[in-house]
Amino acid sequence: MERTTIDLWVGIFAAAGAAAIFGLAMKVGNLTSGTLGETYSVSAAFENIGGLKPRAPVKSAGVVVGRISSIQFDNKTYEAVVTISVDKRYSFPKDTFANIYTAGLLGEQYIGLEAGGDDEALKNGDKITHTQDAVVLEKMISQFLYNKASDSEDKK
Amino acid sequence: MLSKVSSALRGIGHRLIDRVWRFGSGARFFVYTLIYSGESFRRLHLTIREIYFTGVMSLIIILVSAFFVGMVLALQGYNTLQKYGSSDAIGVLVALSLVRELGPVVTALLFAGRAGTAITAEIGLMKATEQLSAMEMMAVSPIARVVAPRFWAGVISMPLLAAMFSMVGVLGGYLVAVPLIGVDNGAFWSQMQANVDWRVDVVNGVIKSFVFGVACTMIALFEGFDAPPTAEGVSRATTRTVVNSSLAVLGLDFIMTSFMIGA
Repeated sequence: MERTTIDLWVGIFAAAGAAAIFGLAMKVGNLTSGTLGETYSVSAAFENIGGLKPRAPVKSAGVVVGRISSIQFDNKTYEAVVTISVDKRYSFPKDTFANIYTAGLLGEQYIGLEAGGDDEALKNGDKITHTQDAVVLEKMISQFLYNKASDSEDKK
Repeated sequence: MLSKVSSALRGIGHRLIDRVWRFGSGARFFVYTLIYSGESFRRLHLTIREIYFTGVMSLIIILVSAFFVGMVLALQGYNTLQKYGSSDAIGVLVALSLVRELGPVVTALLFAGRAGTAITAEIGLMKATEQLSAMEMMAVSPIARVVAPRFWAGVISMPLLAAMFSMVGVLGGYLVAVPLIGVDNGAFWSQMQANVDWRVDVVNGVIKSFVFGVACTMIALFEGFDAPPTAEGVSRATTRTVVNSSLAVLGLDFIMTSFMIGA
């Protein structure tokens, strides 16, 4: 076969392959939405983080505003210290609530930020003081059973 | 009695030494190919010609299989997912299974059958008709002239083919899920994008297909180069190429997956 024809076909092949990788990154994967621009990091301490994992989303009003960068255990307070990176475009007041929620009944866990009313905004390295732990199903059930039992005790 | 036992043991020992020897010469062959591969880039048209034969000519079988694999995945996935009321997750199912596993693995298996056998038969026949010896007589290294361009052509083609396989498979799954079954178009793509990670899923799939490309092409080249120069020898070498490549791909896939998921 003519050499230029072969060159042409190989060129088309390479371009199609590159387009496929690009398509996988953009259309199938989350390269566009998964990477954040400039971020600042804040930390929050939780007594129980449940099944929270690094790289889980941080949402406010349902919109992804950041990701969890690391989770560590503080041996002094016996709490979990979660560091989150928040996109520079979004700023939150100092008294923002950080709660751990579950997406759906069995879905992954994420951190929800609920803005407070403070005038000052969170800066890089700040600590969120108002936190709410993950809901642990076993605890909830045992509490429910305990309440039931004490209720029936009272009625007697 | 004792002589029977010792001859049986000798048989085992002979086979073991034979395997180790073959493995060693395969490894040396691999190193020589890498050493001589500068030539295949200086004379790029040799490599481009081989990309045409291994990559471009494999496109039809790869793309048609990808399309059907994607469609079947969507049908089967929908069947199970709708029992749990989560048929929206069908895009995630199709995309993750294609990008992580089926894309690289099925492409490598098809590649071994379509291109690997052709390489083995070609080089085996070159050896049988003493073309390789003729090159050596002319002070042309057959590894630099024949083997290295085919090696790099296979290594370059394989990730591109696997990426196209995944993409066309996703399109096939889309065609079944959205227009045919009636899953919501927005949910299909948004759930997919939310759950397929660029680094963990897509890049790992490309790494896998690259490793499979090296393994499949190397096995095909070595079997061809090592084939006894007879009609029977070439036919056996071609068979061994398919068997060994498939086993190597599946074994490597397990090892790489355990590293990638464990990490």
